[in-house]
Amino acid sequence: MFKKVTIFLSIILFAINANAASDGELTLKKNQPSEIKDCFENLNRATFAFNQVLDGIVFKPIASAYRVLPTSVKSGVSNSLDNLSNLVTIPNNILQGDLKKAGINSGRFVINTTIGLLGLIDVAELLGLTEYEKEDYGQSLAKLGVGPGCYLVLPVLGPSTVRDTAASLANVMGGDAWYNITVKNDTQHFSDIDYYSSKVTAGVDFRAKNYNSIENLEKNSVDFYASVKSLYLQDRQQKILNSNGTIEAMNDSDWEEIEN
Amino acid sequence: MNLKKIVIIFFIYFLNLNNLHAIEPDVFVQSTVNRASLILSKNISKEEKINQLKEIAKETVDIKGVGFYSLGSVRKSLDNDQKKKYLELFEAYFLKSFSSRLAEYTNPEIQVNNKKILNKNYTIVNSVLVGTSERSEVKIDWRIYTKSLENPLIRDLIIEGLSLARTQKEEFSSILNSNDGDINALFKTLETFSKN
Repeated sequence: MFKKVTIFLSIILFAINANAASDGELTLKKNQPSEIKDCFENLNRATFAFNQVLDGIVFKPIASAYRVLPTSVKSGVSNSLDNLSNLVTIPNNILQGDLKKAGINSGRFVINTTIGLLGLIDVAELLGLTEYEKEDYGQSLAKLGVGPGCYLVLPVLGPSTVRDTAASLANVMGGDAWYNITVKNDTQHFSDIDYYSSKVTAGVDFRAKNYNSIENLEKNSVDFYASVKSLYLQDRQQKILNSNGTIEAMNDSDWEEIEN
Repeated sequence: MNLKKIVIIFFIYFLNLNNLHAIEPDVFVQSTVNRASLILSKNISKEEKINQLKEIAKETVDIKGVGFYSLGSVRKSLDNDQKKKYLELFEAYFLKSFSSRLAEYTNPEIQVNNKKILNKNYTIVNSVLVGTSERSEVKIDWRIYTKSLENPLIRDLIIEGLSLARTQKEEFSSILNSNDGDINALFKTLETFSKN
């Protein structure tokens, strides 16, 4: 029943924003940070403040301790988490019609899980399989022309959009093989704790990698909430467009009328 | 020598003179980061570093252009006195924010790799902040305003695809929206930031 309700809710949410067209220009326009409305700003700001307190009490101290671990340990953890994320990336490569990347990422997953000792060592990189970009169900929906909806700040998880939040439900509906073998199905080898600890570790790893940047940003922002929102939405836009460069995702007309 | 020849010689001389003084955007960026790196690696106090970085920023960043860009369309509704006050406050805010962000780095190594001319006014210069055992390599692109070839200026830093100018613009927009578009609220915020 839960599954049916979720599917129904997802369809309703997406129907509001769905558009058959999915060319790059439209995707770019729809995902422009300035076009995404902050419909729940008061609630978002309150959640953001809650997350900051949580970060100060839990994530920041743990990330601070994590940072002093030997580089080899941190790389191993990072590689392992990246390897697990392939289990969501590969189905999304296929959903986006990118079979070549799906093949490369599958090769990477098999090699790194076996020869690379459960992903601790990125052997695939050494063998020349370097192309790696994370994909998720939110990005696949965006590629299909679904607009982002309003900006959302989720408790603990942080910035998101209505589309991306709804799309993440796909992970617990069979779209994430790691969730399936740890939480959803009762296997003898893994349990719920494996899944949730991998998610917490990913959060700590992200916080540790961006430790100085986040501190610096907070110190030098006149509105930290707005800065984080802008950076998140810009990053999301880049990921959806799979844009490596800067120019493709920037609207140059913003600058044209600024004369010195 | 007839007049036509004199005009041609003068024209060629003038062109060469212009070329002699034109500064390539990538050379400009490399020279700027080298100057900043030199300051950051000096054995001086953080305050002194910040003051010296501010001087570099005044010379190499189009603070006025960045300021108006950050204000968005609101700039069109300001009178001359408000514009003057805004630019004064913005400069103080920008120099403090920019230099204290940079001062956190010690001896950063930035390599300029490439450039792409967008149009006669803009060139994007691609560079990387070389990775260390402490941090990964960071891609930094520079939006250079090239209207005056002799005096190129930085208008934006794009770190891993994220534009600092755009982030700043959205911050200012958020402050204005939260205060019913009252420019004085933004003035107060900038003033408070610069004084603290």
